[in-house]
Amino acid sequence: MNQLVSELASGGRRPLARLLTRIENGDPELRPMLPALFAAGGNAHVIGITGPPGSGKSTLVNALITEWRQRGRRVGILAVDPSSPYTRGAILGDRIRMMEHAADRDVFMRSMAARGELGGLAATTWIAAAALDAAGYDPILIETVGAGQSEVEIARLAETTVVVEVPEMGDEVQAIKAGLLEVADIVAVNKGDRPGADRAARQLRAMMSTAGGRVERTPPVIMLTTATTGVGVADLADAIEAHRTSARAPVAARGRAASQVRRAMADLAARRAEASPAWDETVQAVADRQLDPLTAAERLLDRVP
Amino acid sequence: MTDTPIRILIAKPGLDGHDRGAKVLARGLRDEGFEVIYTGLRQTPEMIADAAEQEDVDVVGLSILSGAHMALLPRTVALLRERGMDEVLVAAGGIIPDADVTKLKAAGVAEIFGPGTSIGEIARYFREHVRREA
Repeated sequence: MNQLVSELASGGRRPLARLLTRIENGDPELRPMLPALFAAGGNAHVIGITGPPGSGKSTLVNALITEWRQRGRRVGILAVDPSSPYTRGAILGDRIRMMEHAADRDVFMRSMAARGELGGLAATTWIAAAALDAAGYDPILIETVGAGQSEVEIARLAETTVVVEVPEMGDEVQAIKAGLLEVADIVAVNKGDRPGADRAARQLRAMMSTAGGRVERTPPVIMLTTATTGVGVADLADAIEAHRTSARAPVAARGRAASQVRRAMADLAARRAEASPAWDETVQAVADRQLDPLTAAERLLDRVP
Repeated sequence: MTDTPIRILIAKPGLDGHDRGAKVLARGLRDEGFEVIYTGLRQTPEMIADAAEQEDVDVVGLSILSGAHMALLPRTVALLRERGMDEVLVAAGGIIPDADVTKLKAAGVAEIFGPGTSIGEIARYFREHVRREA
């Protein structure tokens, strides 16, 4: 187990790549190694990059890699794309924008299929992030599935969440809706060379000047970027780094930990209940409308260890 | 874990700009349940091998129409093996003369799919031939 961690720390790309495959595939032999893997991490700044499809997330990630490489950092990237609910197949296309860094030994980039998860990440993304962390990558950028209004899973995992929007994102009412924008620590209005970009940024600043939701948070910083030319990218990297202090505040760290445990608990309970002998008849009873879903869940939970 | 999706990296090595075929194949393999990492145009063998290493793919599929296959394909295979990816299946598609096929296979290219090959055939080949390290 510690051999695995020291192998990762020694910087070999192949062992890390193999480990990520086992993580994605849910290899049961990895389970006992998880505590050591998690304990070996905690150094990296974990950054979430989310936003609608086509807003330029991958291009912006590519520009951020360039920026952080110039600052001498080793950058890890996890890029998640959706899996087909019908065939389980996926097109993982985020690499197209990042190939210029493929041969850089201090950049490790891995594409992940969401494999049935709907929150914008795969169920195993947090473990993959722990592996990159243990391997010494810092920062770690997690690019989510192209998100709509409420794929906010990333905010549980990332210390700093960047929501990428485009100037045509909509009117002021879009900016005050709950959901995706609400989890932003930083909003990057990308494609900043388009007409109306300044105005969109100003509108967002005006509408989002209160902290929203959780009391420990400050209002999001609104930045203007043009990922294709690199304009605004150094400022964005600065803003992300500056946010880290507040992200590491005990109350913020505790909030993320609580929602991670809550999520893990829900997954675990569901998996155990599905494996229990009462599962089939309970589900059938709901299908026959003899039982409501909440009562069914209570009964199953009472029976699982 | 044999029921986990096959991961394939599809790349276009060298200097040809025709990627319709590669994209159609990517889409078709997605529908066959593969996880397809598409890397786009104008890749060097080094970029392809480095990407394949990080992605830990089962298959590297190279689409090539430029005529430079005798230079690019064996080099890509060699770089993959250099990185310890001994099991990864390398396959090629595109316009490759019959006379070169034997030589490419001797250089470690597992299979070459010419024009007219159906996506179903390609998917079946990969399902039958992918080997995974223990």
